[in-house]
Amino acid sequence: MSNTITFMIDGVEIEGKPGQTIMQAADEAGIYIPRLCAFKGLSPYGACRVCTVMVNGRPQAACTQPVAPGTVVENDTERLQHLRGNIVEMMFVEGNHYCMFCEKSGNCELQAMAYRFGIAAPKYPYLFPERDVDASHPDILIDRNRCILCGRCIRASSDLDGKNVFQFVGRGKDKQIAVNAEARLADTDIDVTDQAVSSCPVGAILKKRVGYAVPIGERLYDHKPIGSDIEAARTAGS
Amino acid sequence: MAKPKVATTSLCGCFGCHMSLLDIDDRILKLVELIEFHKSPINDIKKFTARCAIGLIEGGCCNDENVHVLQDFRKNCDILISVGDCAIMGGIPAMRNTIPLKECLEEAYLNGPTVYNPSGQIPNDPEIPLLLKQVYPCNEVVKIDYHLPGCPPPADTIWEALVALLTDKPVDLPYELIKYD
Amino acid sequence: MSGTLENTVKDICRSHSNDRTRMMDIVREVQARFKCVSSEAMDVIAAAVGTHRVEVESVVSFYTYLSEKPKGKVVIRLCNDIIDKMHGVERVAQAFSDALGIKFGETTPDGTISLEYTPCIGLCDQAPAALINDVPVTDLHRSIARQIVADLKKHMDPKRLVHRLGDGNNAHELVQSMVVNNIRTEGPMVLSPVNRGEAIKQALAISPVEVIRAVKTARLRGRGGAGFPTGMKWEFTRAATGEEKYVICNADEGEPGTFKDRVILTERPDRVFAGMTIAGYAIGAKTGIVYLRGEYAYLRPYLEHVLERRRNDGLLGQNVGGKEGFNFDIVIQMGAGAYICGEETALISSCEGLRGDPKNRPPFPAQKGYLDCPTVVNNVETLCCVTKILERGPGAFNEYGSQGSAGTKLLSISGDCKLPGVYELPFGIKLSEVLKQAGAEDAIAVQVGGASGAMVAPNEFERTICFDDLATGGAIMVFGPERNVLEVADYFLDFFIEESCGYCTPCRVGNVLLKERLDRILAGHGEPADLDYLQDLGETIKTTSRCGLGQTSPNPVLTTLKNFRSAYEALVKERDDGLQPSFDLSEAVGDAEQIAGHKSVHAD
Ligand SMILES: Cc1cc2nc3c(=O)[nH]c(=O)nc-3n(C[C@H](O)[C@H](O)[C@H](O)COP(=O)(O)O)c2cc1C
Ligand code: SF4
Ligand code: SF4
Ligand code: FES
Ligand code: FES
Repeated sequence: MSNTITFMIDGVEIEGKPGQTIMQAADEAGIYIPRLCAFKGLSPYGACRVCTVMVNGRPQAACTQPVAPGTVVENDTERLQHLRGNIVEMMFVEGNHYCMFCEKSGNCELQAMAYRFGIAAPKYPYLFPERDVDASHPDILIDRNRCILCGRCIRASSDLDGKNVFQFVGRGKDKQIAVNAEARLADTDIDVTDQAVSSCPVGAILKKRVGYAVPIGERLYDHKPIGSDIEAARTAGS
Repeated sequence: MAKPKVATTSLCGCFGCHMSLLDIDDRILKLVELIEFHKSPINDIKKFTARCAIGLIEGGCCNDENVHVLQDFRKNCDILISVGDCAIMGGIPAMRNTIPLKECLEEAYLNGPTVYNPSGQIPNDPEIPLLLKQVYPCNEVVKIDYHLPGCPPPADTIWEALVALLTDKPVDLPYELIKYD
Repeated sequence: MSGTLENTVKDICRSHSNDRTRMMDIVREVQARFKCVSSEAMDVIAAAVGTHRVEVESVVSFYTYLSEKPKGKVVIRLCNDIIDKMHGVERVAQAFSDALGIKFGETTPDGTISLEYTPCIGLCDQAPAALINDVPVTDLHRSIARQIVADLKKHMDPKRLVHRLGDGNNAHELVQSMVVNNIRTEGPMVLSPVNRGEAIKQALAISPVEVIRAVKTARLRGRGGAGFPTGMKWEFTRAATGEEKYVICNADEGEPGTFKDRVILTERPDRVFAGMTIAGYAIGAKTGIVYLRGEYAYLRPYLEHVLERRRNDGLLGQNVGGKEGFNFDIVIQMGAGAYICGEETALISSCEGLRGDPKNRPPFPAQKGYLDCPTVVNNVETLCCVTKILERGPGAFNEYGSQGSAGTKLLSISGDCKLPGVYELPFGIKLSEVLKQAGAEDAIAVQVGGASGAMVAPNEFERTICFDDLATGGAIMVFGPERNVLEVADYFLDFFIEESCGYCTPCRVGNVLLKERLDRILAGHGEPADLDYLQDLGETIKTTSRCGLGQTSPNPVLTTLKNFRSAYEALVKERDDGLQPSFDLSEAVGDAEQIAGHKSVHAD
């Protein structure tokens, strides 16, 4: 059995390994596929759908879809960017994102994704949902207004921290992130150094007393779009 | 040929976006060569007396007067631009949108920890505009042609957009000029 | 912590071997016993089965039959699905509400009776209908509703509300239900009389591979909606490696407008169980699971009885049918009110004691299904076809139907027709012919395939029912001249919003946004551009959603946009004043006017 799987992304021949997802193989080849719920070191989840690609003409999530020989994958097409932009816009109107005072701003993956897609404002109406904030813990804050239900904290807590601090409760539009206690994060065994805390892509789980630590202009996505690091590998190397 | 007219207003905003407009620094001289300011707090013109090419809206709609002004802008301007997050999504004032109006007023005037209000009354004068049940993004009240995000939007963003519109070019903001904070 | 609660919950957990994968049984029992799964109970369960409390909460909060807050001893669940709406459910709802003095979603102050709405409970042909605890009550009208409340207040025993019995096994002493079958056409396959034991005998006389070959030769495709070739699915599962393998019968029947599986389970359960047994033989499984929707709990005692009879007759258990070494038995797993659990991977999650979230595919259930073992999931009707194929041979099966769609199909017909009920008809039949048989010639629109299906206009009534044309899991909902198809689409969106599991963004958020815009149009505030907006949003949801729910939920909107465009066009109009017609200043300022005690000078 050969150890490489050859397939195409946007006309470029890519070599993947058995067991890899399309996203993993694309990353190695320096092709960025937008993503929000996927995170290095965590099991694939397939929730945000921002990584939707066409595999032989059928839509699939690149973060969960394994590579297969001879497949033709479309990634950077106008149609897909449009669909992905729509999804990002949905996330903004679904929650309450007040970037102007969010400590994550500038380092936030959701915001960065919207910047990358050049979204000035969502075309959908804001839903202004009522969501809770949990500031019970001395070192960590949960602001559910900003949660995009990506499940990264859940997986990080169970897979990396060996705890089970987070899980989803409710379903559909009422689904929300809950903690392993009757109500309060303070009553769980979470620690501020847990990977669950740092895995949150947005400002929903924040370390207290950090504030706006990095000045505007020096933050992660102030100048370069999200995904530039992956794309840099392509322009530099291979 | 007469210079195109630009009107501006601050609805439920903090004037931060107007400050940002002034932040274009010496380019303001270029701007007044290109345009003429019509109804605007900048020159204190209070009423529309001529049709405007562009209306810049800061702030969302939190009261009935905001709605009135916004609709007036729509009537008198060819292009309306939501300038800033408040105009686009309500901004910080919209944080009250999940709380019933009565509770908001009671918190603000009666129960809040810093309230000093010996009369124990919620201000209620016919002159005071009535609050809406929530703060509305401008494009839920009238149609908005362009959105310039940011709190406030960078001066360059406002500048680039205006120049593009005044020179009949597409408003195509570069990466660094779309910011939500 | 109260000692009795702790001990009782512990006992319940112990009776399920403190097995975390039996979570559904545990929480269902706790709910039945205490009318809720309280915060305290969650802690006890988590400790007993060795999981985390939040995992229990996650499950409890997912299913509509489970609740953290206490419900009444009796819960009245009135179906307010579209068909019931067409049959005057609003008046019935008002009568219940008035008689109980509470609104829907509430419990009487004395904590005895809760009143709720529920989506389709599979009784569309006898709507309006409700479930009172497990007991179905049908053909409701106002006076019956009032009588039910009066009777319940007297005896609190839903069983005693049954004053008449339905036909067939509905009258069986273990069912004792007023539900009727309404079988209008008893076809030659699924609903034909049962020849008990015959199919199993035939199957066991040949090798498992030959059984699969027979199913393939018959060209059987799944009846649950997706139409996947059954033989191929079995072959994959047989070929997959796993210590155990499982056969699951999908009896979740949640698609609004579908009720044929209820009739099969009432009248032909032996045929279903035989099909499962044959599948077990074919793929090498020892265990079969019937995932029975919570709404059909009233059938469970009877189904258990049929299973017991089969055990006694050697058709289940050790050495089935006398075949040395072929051991196979069947258990029933109850659902708890979640449409998504009809989706096969969500169903598996639910069987494993988890929230009913669909799983990522691949791996497919055939490779890694229930407890990560190779698993076949088949619909109730598919399994009946299997039995018939083995009994009569593949040729006798595929002589009915068309090339791509062999055999017969059970259709559940409801809505504006004279003869609602279940029809077994050969695939390839024209929709117009179906409508004629059901007495629905004046239909202006037909929803084929339930909420997730297509709204078909009269100019397409000559199309045929089959996998390659109008595919359907069995639901045919008929709408007569006085119905508004856009309101129907709007209702279906309510359904999908309610039933989305919420895992992926486009389905969780997109359907809410679709409904917002459709409501705007229905309120007369729409503009032509809104139609493009609906189209784009609908396509986004369809293309990017993770599972079949989101991939089909925009169908009512997208198919009405295509087939009933004039209905939309009549409602939308272009405006030239630049205002948003959906913004209503008097409404927005109403609260303030009330607080201030004077009118706005700007609102008119
Ligand atoms: C949201 C959703 C709900 C479903 N509900 C059912 C159902 O109630 N019954 C059913 O048999 N299949 C249902 N299905 C289809 C199943 O996923 C699966 O395809 C089927 O059970 C396979 O059996 P079959 O091949 O015999 O049809 C549903 C699918 C989706 C996406
Ligand atoms: S989480 Fe991101 S998108 Fe949300 S408010 Fe914070 S910076 Fe903005
Ligand atoms: S809290 Fe953060 S990491 Fe957790 S689900 Fe929400 S957005 Fe994702
Ligand atoms: S990154 Fe693939 S679905 Fe979220
Ligand atoms: S005042 Fe401009 S965004 Fe707030």
